Amino acid sequence: MTELLDLARTVAGWAGAGEEVEVFASRERTTEVRAYHGDVESISSAEPAGVGIRVVVAGRQGFASAGTLDETVLKETLEDARDNAAFAAPDDWVGVALPDDVQAPDIELWRESLASMATAAKVEMAIDLERRVLGADPRITGVRSAMYGDAMAESAVVTTSGIASAWRLSLCYVVVDALAEAGGDTQTSHGLSVARVPGDLDLEAAASDAIIRTTRLLGATKPDSRRVTVVLDPEVTSSFLSVLGSTLSGEAVLKGRSLFANRIGEEVAASGVTLIDDPSDPSAFGAEPYDGEGLARRRTVLVEQGLLRRFLYNTYAARRAGATSTASASRDYRSAPAVAPGALALDGGAGTQAELIAGIDEGVYVQSVSGLHSGVNPVSGDFSVGATGLRIRNGSLAEPFREATIASTLQRMLKDVAAIGADRRWMPGNAAGATLVVNDVSLGGT
Amino acid sequence: MLDPTLVANVLSAGLRTGAEFAEIFVEDRRATAARLDDGKVEDLTSSRERGAGVRVAAGETVGYAHTADLTETGLLAAAEAAAAVARAGGVGTRIVALANTPPLGHHAEVLPETVAKATKVALLTRADHGARAEGAAIRQVMAVYGDSRRRILVANSDGLLASDDQVRTRFMVQAVAAGDTGMQTGYESTGFTMGFELFDGTDVEELARTAARRALTKLAARPAPSGTLPVVIKQGGGGVLFHEACGHGLEADLVGKGASVFAGRKGEQVASPLVTLVDDGTMGSEWGRIGIDDEGHASARNVLIEDGILTDYMFDFLRARKEGRPTSTNGRRESYRHLPMVRMTNTFLVNGADDPDEIVRQTPHGVFVAHLGGGQVNTATGDFVFGMTEAYLIEDGQITEPLRDANLIGNGPEVLRNIDVVGNDFAMGSPGTCGKDGQGVPVGDGQPTLRVTALTIGGTAA
Repeated sequence: MTELLDLARTVAGWAGAGEEVEVFASRERTTEVRAYHGDVESISSAEPAGVGIRVVVAGRQGFASAGTLDETVLKETLEDARDNAAFAAPDDWVGVALPDDVQAPDIELWRESLASMATAAKVEMAIDLERRVLGADPRITGVRSAMYGDAMAESAVVTTSGIASAWRLSLCYVVVDALAEAGGDTQTSHGLSVARVPGDLDLEAAASDAIIRTTRLLGATKPDSRRVTVVLDPEVTSSFLSVLGSTLSGEAVLKGRSLFANRIGEEVAASGVTLIDDPSDPSAFGAEPYDGEGLARRRTVLVEQGLLRRFLYNTYAARRAGATSTASASRDYRSAPAVAPGALALDGGAGTQAELIAGIDEGVYVQSVSGLHSGVNPVSGDFSVGATGLRIRNGSLAEPFREATIASTLQRMLKDVAAIGADRRWMPGNAAGATLVVNDVSLGGT
Repeated sequence: MLDPTLVANVLSAGLRTGAEFAEIFVEDRRATAARLDDGKVEDLTSSRERGAGVRVAAGETVGYAHTADLTETGLLAAAEAAAAVARAGGVGTRIVALANTPPLGHHAEVLPETVAKATKVALLTRADHGARAEGAAIRQVMAVYGDSRRRILVANSDGLLASDDQVRTRFMVQAVAAGDTGMQTGYESTGFTMGFELFDGTDVEELARTAARRALTKLAARPAPSGTLPVVIKQGGGGVLFHEACGHGLEADLVGKGASVFAGRKGEQVASPLVTLVDDGTMGSEWGRIGIDDEGHASARNVLIEDGILTDYMFDFLRARKEGRPTSTNGRRESYRHLPMVRMTNTFLVNGADDPDEIVRQTPHGVFVAHLGGGQVNTATGDFVFGMTEAYLIEDGQITEPLRDANLIGNGPEVLRNIDVVGNDFAMGSPGTCGKDGQGVPVGDGQPTLRVTALTIGGTAA
């Protein structure tokens, strides 16, 4: 980590007179093991590293990146960024972040024990995971993939304005895709577990999730088209929040690309909805002590009891909006900092999933959605996705359905939120899941 | 890109633990992108990635290690790491003799790296003006220019040594229109496996006007229907239908694991007799064109479905080698950091016989889709979705009201059977990026105007 910080400092030190320079350097160690038929299908290991350099001269920004930390290439990359800056239009708000008085959260996301774990133990986990799924239910016919993966990542940001931040984190996960068959019908679904160290991975939960989620879809039929109450599985809620998060970007607002522009203080959601982005919470897998511009990560309340409170900002968007950064610069070394949530979650749920379902006479439980990138328009708010899951009848889960769509608009869905479960669970990515009940959604089928 | 002796030494190192196959993939990729947003050229960015991946196979196990260090030390370390995984138990020295295949050159007439940055940036401003000239309701315009040059070298222990130089250039525009009904977006893009000569034949202002008109049209759009209807898809607007409905399901890795509804159906009638589907990596300068695939084999044209009969699956080399058959040259990877997999190139439905206007006239009630966005498929069930980004109602054989964005959902085998008319107006569509197991690769698609008798439309209108 110190090494990476020193390297970033060296590069920033090459800045010329009148230049602002930001150097983002990162280095990772990754392993990915796939098991198949009780044996290793593949093991990939790598130590990728790279640097992204931003140069601002007289309000013009240039950026260049390289997938190496080789010093000669770093010099050329800085030259490229400098040269690129000459072609951008001048913009008063462009610039690197300035140090602020916010203390970085004291969170330890790095686990040394992962570094010393033998590859053989990782292989054993992947094989064990496959075995747990295969033997459990006669309807399970196979496992498409059983995978263990981990990453130990170090990052550093140094700017000519005085920022020098470095941090590191480790993550590991297992994911298994099961196949089940009955009466000529094939279904597939997955189960996963994420943790900071392999010892905290729950293989049994991942395997049983995969089995239950796959077998309960067997015999699924296409439902009738109608308006229904939908219950979103925590995984689906997590994807939904992630899309919603992009509409709360201060940059999208400034550029006339957010449906929430000019609506601060207004009622945009049902009164039970409080949405918070808090990447300083170490229990979130999107947690980090610093953002992509080197500012301390912080908690931001976006929606409070249905009222829109705040947007997310990086340095550029904050300056332009006359606000302060929410330290929401998200990036890897290949890109300049953009605005994105780090760890979104709905606050204050109540009740188990079964309790929420018990209150619904007729509806659908949505286990998974598809086409989020093609069917949700974050500018217009149109929301339409493929859906698979179970019917709800008289307060209980009933027959499975497939080949259906659920549709509404992001605006309406927020207002139609009827209940949030207390089953909050952090997912890989930037949003937590929880069971979510939404009224009056169009179910498309026959 | 690398000295042949060093390449041979790396392969020998990969075989040292008794593995039967070793491969090295070397890549040097440089790219430039420029973005205009909010009326300003925001930034110009350059990137470079250079490295190598070594793959070693022993039995059912594959070891893979990659490195950005292309020195002998770095490459041998990667070879040893990959070999340690794919340990066959034996120890041996095998000398690899490499065939001397002439390297493939690029097809660009004007290499983008020789074009002044100012010239690239000027395209963006023209696109911005083009879109905004469509009316005051156009409130925002984003335009992106991008070019890339990807040089690859592949060698393996069978003696193969091949290289390719892939140059791609693209341009996209997104416009936002605002009116009483809120905001709408319109998108248009172009991209080819060629150099800066792309802009000799492409008017970026016209491209921008198309994006702007899409957004403006949707301001007056009504919610899409909810339920099952006949759907007519305009030429070149919906090749993604086949990419999702059956393309992925014909990839041998998924077929081999029983994760495809098309497994075990070779030789069977899987589609309407009007359907002949081809995957062609050699096709002109299309977006998915490649000289060699990422396992080093010369690209090919493969007929997947002929007159509705499933003729063959798509293969990568290692899987084909195991099955004792030739590869279909569909082994591709996002970068040297990734293992190759079975992937499509340019996938398209060949021309039919019908007049496209007549297809609409003969549809009493349905949806006309002029432009599709991306899609997604569950190959095990065959259920797939794809988004419509420009669509209209068909009433009494006439295209009438515009519709708001929505996803369509269908089942691959059913949809293929339900194609009842195919037009004679074949066209390729926009450049796409296909994602599979986290890897993105450039792909093309295309089709003539066609009709599916029943697809489920995920709108909100009754």
